[in-house]
Amino acid sequence: MLFVFALTSGCREASGGEEHVAVAGGDPDRGRTAIATFGCGSCHTIPGIATAKGTAGPPLFFWSKRTFIAGEVPNTPDFLVRWIEVPQAIEPGTAMPNLGVPEGDARDIAAYLYTLR
Amino acid sequence: MNWPLAILTGAGPVASAQAKLGWWLLVVSVVVVVVVTVLVLAGGFRRHSNETSMVEREGAGVRWVVVGGMIVPAIVLTLTFAFTIATENATAAPPKVAGMTVDVIGHRWWWEVRYAGGGSAPTVITANEIHVPVGIPVRLELTSADVIHSFWIPRLAGKTDVVPGQRNVAWIQADKPGIYRGACAEYCGLQHSNMAAFVVAESPAQFEQWTNAQRDTVRAPSDSDAARGLVVFQKSSCMACHTIRGTSAVGRIGPDLTHLVSRMTIAAGSLENTRGNLAGWIANPQSIKPGNDMPTTPLRGSELQALVAYLETLK
Repeated sequence: MLFVFALTSGCREASGGEEHVAVAGGDPDRGRTAIATFGCGSCHTIPGIATAKGTAGPPLFFWSKRTFIAGEVPNTPDFLVRWIEVPQAIEPGTAMPNLGVPEGDARDIAAYLYTLR
Repeated sequence: MNWPLAILTGAGPVASAQAKLGWWLLVVSVVVVVVVTVLVLAGGFRRHSNETSMVEREGAGVRWVVVGGMIVPAIVLTLTFAFTIATENATAAPPKVAGMTVDVIGHRWWWEVRYAGGGSAPTVITANEIHVPVGIPVRLELTSADVIHSFWIPRLAGKTDVVPGQRNVAWIQADKPGIYRGACAEYCGLQHSNMAAFVVAESPAQFEQWTNAQRDTVRAPSDSDAARGLVVFQKSSCMACHTIRGTSAVGRIGPDLTHLVSRMTIAAGSLENTRGNLAGWIANPQSIKPGNDMPTTPLRGSELQALVAYLETLK
């Protein structure tokens, strides 16, 4: 138990600080609105979005600290934007639907998700 | 003052008459509370001179009780009683014969809406949305499939209970086109608060167009994703509860999905009817509306995609 605590607190220190993943052209505030418009919250629980309480997909807590997207590709802004636009392009057969999110909105949504630290 | 659920601004004859009575009751109640409060405080703080005898003081007190406690309340209550009876009379039945009848059936936790067909026209069945033409009285026949609900569209009419084993009748008329939101007004279980109804009032021409579109049966899907979706729908448990006219799905437990896309919301106002919400609802209805009758159907990701593609063809 102590060992686990030591490990996790060590991780927190290593990844702490105020590093922030920027998404070119993405605006977190617009992203918040886009998340509500496209209905992301009916599958995902997303901190800061009151209506986003879905449990069909993974919760998006600590998004900026995630290593992978869909367990397939590294969690980088380019991959995340692409994933939001056309999930099937990254993981064929995924249950996440292609919602026809335009690139601009996808960038905004990604920008918001990277504020989740 | 035109909030979706405003009770004191009617948008039709029934609600307007009830709103007038509501304003009267509100004003009378406020005046009574203010007057009584002032009198009680005045009495409490008043200094009595020692010269007036007990008898004189009691005489004045009796006058207050007779006038303020009996005569004035009798007049106010009689007026209120007469106003209430007159309002009930005026709203009990439409002034002219209702132009049409719609059956509304309360379910836990959604509203089934049926427009009887005639001749070759099939019965139109939809959910949670009652389309009506503006300016004509519409008769609503209210029944329940399970427990007691109450049908309430505040801007069009007061509440009418929806009781199992009984057919209650209400009528509404919308004076102007618009979307009038309503809610179940009798606690009916876990998702009572997610049981919205919408009256969509439109011009007679638009209403006819809507009716004709709703009477259509669905066409077989043309693109391959949607065609696979229909197969998924028929292979999985969906069709045990849902009807899609023109297919083999004839379930009666859940809402008729024949023209799903034409509706504004999913799950009785719980979600806007968008692709993302539809997918989320099918993927896990219990996370969105815990306790509702729709189970989570085990599906592969690709099956969910196909199913959503198919449902989106149900225009």
